[in-house]
Amino acid sequence: MTAKAISQEERFYQLIDKEEKIEPKDWMPEKYRNTMIRQISQHAHSEVVGMLPEGNWISRAPSLRRKAALLAKIQDEAGHGLYLYSAAETLGADREELIEELHIGKAKYSSIFNYPTLSWADIGAIGWLVDGAAIMNQVMLCRTSYGPYSRAMVRICKEESFHQRQGYDILLTLCNGTKEQKEMAQDALNRWWYPSLMMFGPKDDESVHSDYSIKMKIKRFSNDELRQRFVDATVPQAEYLGLKVPDKNLKFNAKTENYSFTEPDWSEFYNVIKGNGPCNKDRIKTRREAFENGKWVRDAAIAYAEKQKQNNKNGKQ
Amino acid sequence: MRNNKTSYLLHLADNALILSQRLGEWCGHAPILEQDIAITNITLDILGQARYFYQLASRVDKKDKEEDFYAYYRNEREFKNLLLLEQPNGDWSQTLLRQFFYDSYCILLYSELEKSKDKNIAAIASKAIKEVKYHYKYSSEWVIRLGDGTKESNQKLKNSLNYLWDFTGELFEVAEYEKEMIEKGIAPDVSKFKTTWFNNVTEIFNKANIEVPQTTWFQSGGKSGLHTENLGKLLTDLQYMQRTYPNCTW
Amino acid sequence: MENSKNWPLWEIFIRSKRGLSHKHVGSLRASDAQMAIENARDVYTRRQEGISIWVIESKNITASDPGEQDSLFDPSGDKPYRHPTFYKLPDELKNI
Repeated sequence: MTAKAISQEERFYQLIDKEEKIEPKDWMPEKYRNTMIRQISQHAHSEVVGMLPEGNWISRAPSLRRKAALLAKIQDEAGHGLYLYSAAETLGADREELIEELHIGKAKYSSIFNYPTLSWADIGAIGWLVDGAAIMNQVMLCRTSYGPYSRAMVRICKEESFHQRQGYDILLTLCNGTKEQKEMAQDALNRWWYPSLMMFGPKDDESVHSDYSIKMKIKRFSNDELRQRFVDATVPQAEYLGLKVPDKNLKFNAKTENYSFTEPDWSEFYNVIKGNGPCNKDRIKTRREAFENGKWVRDAAIAYAEKQKQNNKNGKQ
Repeated sequence: MRNNKTSYLLHLADNALILSQRLGEWCGHAPILEQDIAITNITLDILGQARYFYQLASRVDKKDKEEDFYAYYRNEREFKNLLLLEQPNGDWSQTLLRQFFYDSYCILLYSELEKSKDKNIAAIASKAIKEVKYHYKYSSEWVIRLGDGTKESNQKLKNSLNYLWDFTGELFEVAEYEKEMIEKGIAPDVSKFKTTWFNNVTEIFNKANIEVPQTTWFQSGGKSGLHTENLGKLLTDLQYMQRTYPNCTW
Repeated sequence: MENSKNWPLWEIFIRSKRGLSHKHVGSLRASDAQMAIENARDVYTRRQEGISIWVIESKNITASDPGEQDSLFDPSGDKPYRHPTFYKLPDELKNI
């Protein structure tokens, strides 16, 4: 019972070492707080911007069953964005300010959503590849050191389990269909493969935030490790569909039980991040318009709520 | 010629499909995430209702077609939805007012359909009525909120009312194919809903500080396949895949 | 346009089934309590996760100070006599 009082800082690092979660009101280093806010809000933005490429096909979904599944999936993404913004708010960030940063182009989001959805097969490819890649990341993040983020991720992972299946099922149906349908599926794989590999972020030796995130147990695996896992999991699934992964150098190494593969074109990655992807401007513009067009609605609801409060007060007196 | 029951079921199904197609346009674009999720829940409920009615229609129609055939391979003139439901979303007030008009109507309609002599229709209605009651709560609250919110929101709601009101008369018209259904106790006589509906709308409008228009002239035609220009474009979008790649499995 | 007010933040508690207490599931924005319940229904019970919802505006929650964690919670650590395992009773004794 004589343990000497330890500083807040020591306590924080002890918690991290002991694999205990950090909770909102705990003392934490500014760097940890800012890293968390940055990462969680980027994640939230990705969910919300990620609704748009798929939303592009709601009205044209080729069957009512697919339309319902797609709506439910995109709606989940809105929910996930919401859980994540809420988690960021526990760190003292303000949702509107985070959204503002997205709208002025200051905040990042997953660059994959700057690619267009050009055919129905793209909806399959997004579910299978993009959600597949996201799940790799998110399963890891369920164990992240910040409590609210970790809890949000547990919930998200539970809900997302149908997303990847939904996508794969679309492609499976296309690949069992007509020649045109199969071509559509192959074309989608060709376009979404490398952007999906980019989703894990730059190579480890070029990743600026990786070291700190690993040390603070925000991330548990490196970008390259996750990318490798994704390729290993995905290639056999492509083969099952009878589709060809667009990589001539793809090769299975029996000894390591890994596939060797061609790295994505990183100059394209940095270019898209800079804002030069096919849809960057459009995505941000769409989100900004939704927010701005909704302002009078949000204002009206507040004004009404305040009037009601006032009426209740007057009524009681 | 389709039999009257098929036509009637298609009318119910088309109402739900066309409205859900419109509502789906909000997904990703609503005023705030919470409402994005809320409106999509309503979209999914109503799309679900459309599917139940199409599935039943296909059993009654006995042409060995599935739900998608009715949604994707009929032309404008074959759709029997109410004109109100094909009108564009406009702003949030127009969407919610359209929803409110329809929900107030559906509460009456589905409560009666629950008692339909056709057990299958009754079963769909008794599932749908639970959803509709929630939709009604949601849309009527929004109408009040917008009407009694800010000056701007009140004005926008009035503009929407001005646009949509003309389409409300059709809710109470009885189509040719409906008559036999009424006689057989399969469908209620919607013309009898008018007063109840009107009184209810008036009550909510009073809370929303807006007035019920005095117009007595209304647009009509949707139930018998005569639509506004809005439907054709909506169907072009909806049916694009099936029309471009006919007879595929998706 | 003047700067507008954001919808306040609400904490959401859901009873997942009869017999269980309400459990905190997260938060959301709503303009008033009624809307908070509806939003909670749409956001947090899309997969039949609940049968009852409580909402409370976040600003109305008072939380204990983590800085006081030691003095609040450590003192109960040396009172093993509050736990049944503290009392060693003969094995042949039943139903106790």
